[in-house]
Amino acid sequence: MASVTSMSNKISIVVVSGSLERLQMAAMIASVGAVSGNEVTVFLSMNALRHFTRGAGEPPPAEGPFGRLLQEKKAPGFKQLFRSAAELGEAKIHPCSMAVDVLGVQPSELEPWLGQPLGLTKFLSDAHGGQVWSF
Amino acid sequence: MPERTIIDARGSFCPGPLMELIARLKFATVGEEFEVLSTDKGSASEIPEWVRKVGHELLGTREEAGVWHIALRKTK
Repeated sequence: MASVTSMSNKISIVVVSGSLERLQMAAMIASVGAVSGNEVTVFLSMNALRHFTRGAGEPPPAEGPFGRLLQEKKAPGFKQLFRSAAELGEAKIHPCSMAVDVLGVQPSELEPWLGQPLGLTKFLSDAHGGQVWSF
Repeated sequence: MPERTIIDARGSFCPGPLMELIARLKFATVGEEFEVLSTDKGSASEIPEWVRKVGHELLGTREEAGVWHIALRKTK
C-alpha cells in the first residue's frame, strides 16, 4: 500500500487485489473519504473486478488471520461500503476498461452502482494533484 | 427538548456505525437530533471526529455498560 499526500481533497484509489482484507480497506477509505467531503474516485482492475459482477459467486478469500476474523465478525461488507461511498458520498467507482475487456464482461453484468468503464489515461489525469492509494 | 432518534449500531464494526448515521442524516431535516449506540470503541472516537469535520453539532458522548452513546444535531 502506498500513498502520496498533498493538500488536495481529491482521493484516487486503485484496487487490483481480490483478497478480502485489501478490498475491505479500500472500501473503508473510499466510504469514509467520500462522506467527509473528499472527491473520491475508485478504479477497479485485475483480480478485484470479478468481485463486482452481479451475483458474484465466491466471496473474496482471506489473505491471513485478520481476513478470517472479518468473515466471522459483523464488519460491514466491502461492497456495501463501496456502495455507501457512491450513494452517500458521491464517490465515482469505475471498472478499468482493460479489465472489463479481458474478463469479457458487459458493463450491464457489473453492479449497477458502478460507473462506466474508465481508461487509465482519464484516471491518471483525474488523479493528478490528489492522494493516490493502491490496494 | 426535541425528540432524539436512536440509531442502534451495536455489534457493527467501524465504519458501519458512521455509515448508518450518515444514511439517516441524509434524509433528516436541520435541527433533528440523533443518538448512535455503538459497541465499537473505534466508532466512539471516529463519529465525533466526523461530526466536527463536517460541521454538525456534537451534543455529547458517554459510555454505559460497554455501549457508547454519541448524540448530535444536524445543523445543515
